[in-house]
Amino acid sequence: MREMAFSMFCGVVLRQRSLRASELALNAVKWHALLPKHLKRAERETLRRQRAASQGDMSRLGESHHQRDVLHCQKLPVCAIFGSVATSLLKTRLSNGLMVLLKEINTAPIISHWIWYRVGSRNEAPGLTGISHWVEHMQFKGTPRYPTMVLDKAISREGGLWNAFTYLDWTTYFETLPADKIDLALQLEADRMVNSLFDPDEVASERTVIISERQGSENEPLFLLGEELQSAAFRVHSYHHEVIGDLSDLQTIQREDLYRHYRSYYTPNNAVLAIAGDFKIEAMLAHVQEYFESIPAGDEAKQSVRPEPPQSGERRVTVEGPGETTYIQVAHRTPPAAHPDFFALTVLDSLLSGASNLNMFGGGISNKTSRLYRALVEGDLAVSIYGGLQATIDPFLHTITVIVRPERNPEQVLSALFDQIQRLQDSVPPADELRRAVKQARALFAYGSESITNQAFWMGFSEMFANYDWFTGYLDNLAAVKPEEVQRVAQTYLRRINRVVGVYLPSGNGDISR
Amino acid sequence: MSLRRSFSAANAFFTPPGPESAYSVPNPKDIFREQLPNGIVVLSRANYNSPSVALSGYLTVGGLFDPDEKLGLASFTSAALMRGTRSRDFQGIYDALESVGASLGFDSGTHTLNYGGKALVEDLSLLLDLLAEALRYPTFPLDQVERLRSQLLTGLAIRAQNTGEMAALTFDQIAYSNHPYSRPEDGYPETIQAIDRVGLVDFQRTMYGPAGMVIAVVGALESEQVMGLVAGTLGDWSNPDQPKPPDLPPLTLLEELAMRKTIIPGKSQADIVLGAPGPSRLAPEYMAAALGNNILGQFGMMGRIGDVVRERAGLAYYASSSLGGGIGPGPWRVVAGVDPVNVEKTIDLIRQEIARFVNEPVEDEELADSQANFIGRLPLTLESNAGVANGLLNIERYNLGLDYYLRYPDLVRSVTVEQVLETARRYLHPERLAVGIAGP
Repeated sequence: MREMAFSMFCGVVLRQRSLRASELALNAVKWHALLPKHLKRAERETLRRQRAASQGDMSRLGESHHQRDVLHCQKLPVCAIFGSVATSLLKTRLSNGLMVLLKEINTAPIISHWIWYRVGSRNEAPGLTGISHWVEHMQFKGTPRYPTMVLDKAISREGGLWNAFTYLDWTTYFETLPADKIDLALQLEADRMVNSLFDPDEVASERTVIISERQGSENEPLFLLGEELQSAAFRVHSYHHEVIGDLSDLQTIQREDLYRHYRSYYTPNNAVLAIAGDFKIEAMLAHVQEYFESIPAGDEAKQSVRPEPPQSGERRVTVEGPGETTYIQVAHRTPPAAHPDFFALTVLDSLLSGASNLNMFGGGISNKTSRLYRALVEGDLAVSIYGGLQATIDPFLHTITVIVRPERNPEQVLSALFDQIQRLQDSVPPADELRRAVKQARALFAYGSESITNQAFWMGFSEMFANYDWFTGYLDNLAAVKPEEVQRVAQTYLRRINRVVGVYLPSGNGDISR
Repeated sequence: MSLRRSFSAANAFFTPPGPESAYSVPNPKDIFREQLPNGIVVLSRANYNSPSVALSGYLTVGGLFDPDEKLGLASFTSAALMRGTRSRDFQGIYDALESVGASLGFDSGTHTLNYGGKALVEDLSLLLDLLAEALRYPTFPLDQVERLRSQLLTGLAIRAQNTGEMAALTFDQIAYSNHPYSRPEDGYPETIQAIDRVGLVDFQRTMYGPAGMVIAVVGALESEQVMGLVAGTLGDWSNPDQPKPPDLPPLTLLEELAMRKTIIPGKSQADIVLGAPGPSRLAPEYMAAALGNNILGQFGMMGRIGDVVRERAGLAYYASSSLGGGIGPGPWRVVAGVDPVNVEKTIDLIRQEIARFVNEPVEDEELADSQANFIGRLPLTLESNAGVANGLLNIERYNLGLDYYLRYPDLVRSVTVEQVLETARRYLHPERLAVGIAGP
């Protein structure tokens, strides 16, 4: 029942029991849908063997500036989504700088509340890697008013769904609750924005928990490979390290480091509050103001990072480890989500490795007609492939992951993979392929719209790297991509000089017999 | 307690902003249920809030039918259904699906072959056509069978490296000795190698059929339309020789603690799976067990187990319990991932917690919390089309009644602390647990 994830190599670190691994990914989902089950399992680190769905019941299933003096309410037009369901949206900013997005969705008595902070592993220096994720853990360790677990349990008591995620660019906390209980989430998040204790004993206890979390990830070949690949791709930029952090830093970070990080970045003017669900906007805004507006603005949080210089040649990394399976990852530096080429690259990714799934909550689709699946899997070189772009503030990576067939060697696979890239660079793709990519995106949007939690997620997430208009315009922007643009971005970004190749070579000690 | 009172007082200060919706759980007035003459049960519920549709269901064929020497046959067969049919080849099937952003997949369990799909509503007929083709007319092309075999074997090689998977597999072998639940549905490398194309063809032809098949469709269309589409694609399916599922043999319960470790060199973390066979979903005490399990290892941050192993001892990132339920005696177990040096310490802590669970009644407040959790999460569970479809399947599979979700809050509230204790004592014995470990 492990459920979610962004791709492992990008290292979103999720907190709760069932959410560390990799399924409802932004773009890792597509390959999961219909694979043999152990290939899925390899990604999701789950230890729950499902004895079929025949069992169980009720299972659980940017703005880059931060104006402190903006008080205007920017009421956006009411938009009909489909059928009889109308939604309305308010985007505004409180006097302390907190950006607030509210969206009415009256389909079920549910409200989803997300608070986003502009802080992640991007904001970490060597010696303090992993500190954003550790702070996220400490946010569950209590305040003077609500000691550890009190509000967690209060949310669970109401049947709420809640969790927290730390990523490259951001950290977020969400609660989805029955509509008449949503004040619990407002109380919790307003309180821990400023009052978390960071008790030294709790810091010590959480150190071993986080090291255990890292050890769990180290059990996975794709984590080991992804960590090396990312560090090879970024020599200067702080995207260099995994979100979980380096072990040496996890062993030495102190309570005062954590508290300083918390106080620096957990301010209303460095946050976005996104709430969607069954409420009236005016009433909800009043509640938000009641809880959050008295929190004073903080100093402007440090967001500058050292830009990564242009890459000047292909880089290769090799990781050797236990097992009998060879994995390959091929990454190319790609522009940030707000860049105009991002949409053409999204279409390119769809052609190459299958439809990108934008939903954190909602299913994906298979990728068996993608060019790489046909060339590598149907060509008997690999047992699975998947790929994806990440929506980030700074240039990050488009990554393709391949699980290699046992009798094949990595160079055979890489040669066929590069042929497909070359094909995209050499010829304009047929318009039919682009139309199909857009239809797939529309379907995935429809699936995502079934979940209020997913809709609230998108409101805040899109503000982390662009703004909500990026999301609402996404389908139109994809539909506007011309075949020639796909060829151009293939020529521009998928060049050898811009490439990092990683190979996991198994040492062959896996015992797969009884 | 005092903290909770102060919290409640603070909460009472505000008037909750919602809800505004006119919402109801699935109930006899909006669930459509009809049985086709060939035995297929069709369930449906309309939802016009999204232009999509979810389809899911099951056939009563699974790993229970596998001979030991061909373990994984049911799973292999189900994985091969979409590799080619009488009217479409592999690429034709997926071209039809992926061109419209739809999905369809099969997954074989111990008792049932489960399937599920999604599409925009205008593509439901395509989804049903493909479902019917895959179930009735698969061709099992030889090249695709061999490609799939390679994927399955790679999957098993990856399983052998996964500490969580291997700890669970080891646990099953101990807890379900001489019982079909001891066997992994996906088999072993040598049993997958022993299955040939003819075996797949025979298995599909003899074991698949409409008797016991259930299909649930939820989305933006009326039930009459659903019924017409299902009848048009599956209504004339028959298999007079379709066998009935075999009965499960009795369990051989452990008489003492049994521990086994699977060594996987080079790993950083060890996984522990510990527990015993639990109640069937059909057992009268199932709800008491489910609420008890929630207290033991789910509620809040993984219940009592999470509190002891993670929050207080800092030993693990995850430590929780789960209840399998299902048609047979699925496992009631605790899982944890820990530093290899802390395995013994963690097992001791978990066993102490289980001992407390079976020796002392849970607190009234703990039970009330979990009851509120079960009732409160119902709208979330049923939020998506797929969630509702799963709910309809549960109603059918376990004969819960179309008014189950109306009665659900009362069913949950009726469980007492005494029933939780009695159920815990029936299934969990700290001195007779199965413990599977996998790690370096």
